[in-house]
Amino acid sequence: MKAVHGIAAAVAAGIALAAGLAPAEEKSPALQEIEKYRAALAEGNPGELWEARGEAIWKEKRGPRNVSLEACDLGLGPGVVKGAYTVLPRYFADTDKVEDLESRLVTCMVALQGFTPEQAKKDPFANPGQKVPMDALVAYIASESQGMPMHVSLAHPKERQAYEMGKEIFFYRGASHDFGCVTCHGASGKRIRLQDLPNLTDPADARRAYTTWPAYRVSQGEVRSMQWRLNDCFRQQRFPELEFVSPASIALSMYLAKSAEGGVMNAPALKR
Amino acid sequence: MADPMKIRATMVGDKVEVKVLMAHEMETGQRKDSKGAVIPAWFIQNVTATANGKTVLSAEWGPAVAKNPFLSFRFSGAKAGDKVVISWTDNHGDKRTDEATIA
Repeated sequence: MKAVHGIAAAVAAGIALAAGLAPAEEKSPALQEIEKYRAALAEGNPGELWEARGEAIWKEKRGPRNVSLEACDLGLGPGVVKGAYTVLPRYFADTDKVEDLESRLVTCMVALQGFTPEQAKKDPFANPGQKVPMDALVAYIASESQGMPMHVSLAHPKERQAYEMGKEIFFYRGASHDFGCVTCHGASGKRIRLQDLPNLTDPADARRAYTTWPAYRVSQGEVRSMQWRLNDCFRQQRFPELEFVSPASIALSMYLAKSAEGGVMNAPALKR
Repeated sequence: MADPMKIRATMVGDKVEVKVLMAHEMETGQRKDSKGAVIPAWFIQNVTATANGKTVLSAEWGPAVAKNPFLSFRFSGAKAGDKVVISWTDNHGDKRTDEATIA
């Protein structure tokens, strides 16, 4: 019993240290401390719990038709999960649309399982005390692309169109603060408080950023998807709410995914 | 029904290193919801690990342990191929038992 208390105490002390990090007088020591914090957390990424839950949900018979999602075509053929995240978003002939992972899952929940689109889109993100299937599915499917390079196609005119639209949204400034994605993510070496901001116009940064989403957010105790990330960025920009799986959200994902071309997937990652 | 644990058990020298991730809310009982009502305490109280029928770890936990806890420990007296069984019980009486083979 004593030994375990020791472990629990050691873990607690580690977290307390990390939480009590000194304010950044100088950037480099603060960053070093953050690196230590990340290293301490890295070996126990709770994102793996979402992966396991997502795999079970993928195989579970659900919905009015009582079928699983295992026949869902994520872009590499029906039921192929391995590597699917690296080719999304992409054009799907059956819906005649460009879809990202989340919107494709909605499509499959409707087409295969018989949910209404409203039901499939309801509760896209977990709330305190409320787990949702979507983020677990996203964690599972993304994890099946770990170690594989991003390779999104722009061959179809609609894929090209989505990319161009996403790029335009990325550079568009507006709303009450004359803000845009590019305000925070258009130059290197920026940060909000202690959080580094990737320069998404720089290929190396773009790869690093895109390939680490979805991610387990320690501060929220949840796995968050790319749709959530974009939704929250829009909130922070004081933009109108980015509707879940809307064409705008998919277009922005398309631009970011293409910017991360060649980046090796390492998700769900662990973020503060 | 609680979600499964993620357990890894590997030989490090002559000892077994066990790493466990548990899915649990670990509510402290100190927090309030958006309406101001106290969220009741809900946490893992007892954790045991057994290998070859022997208890190798027994712990009493409290609300100070973080959400989705990670536990790592080493013990001796088992070899590759043996099974490690981890169980927890929370203060609601909910239980979960999972096992892993030592690699």
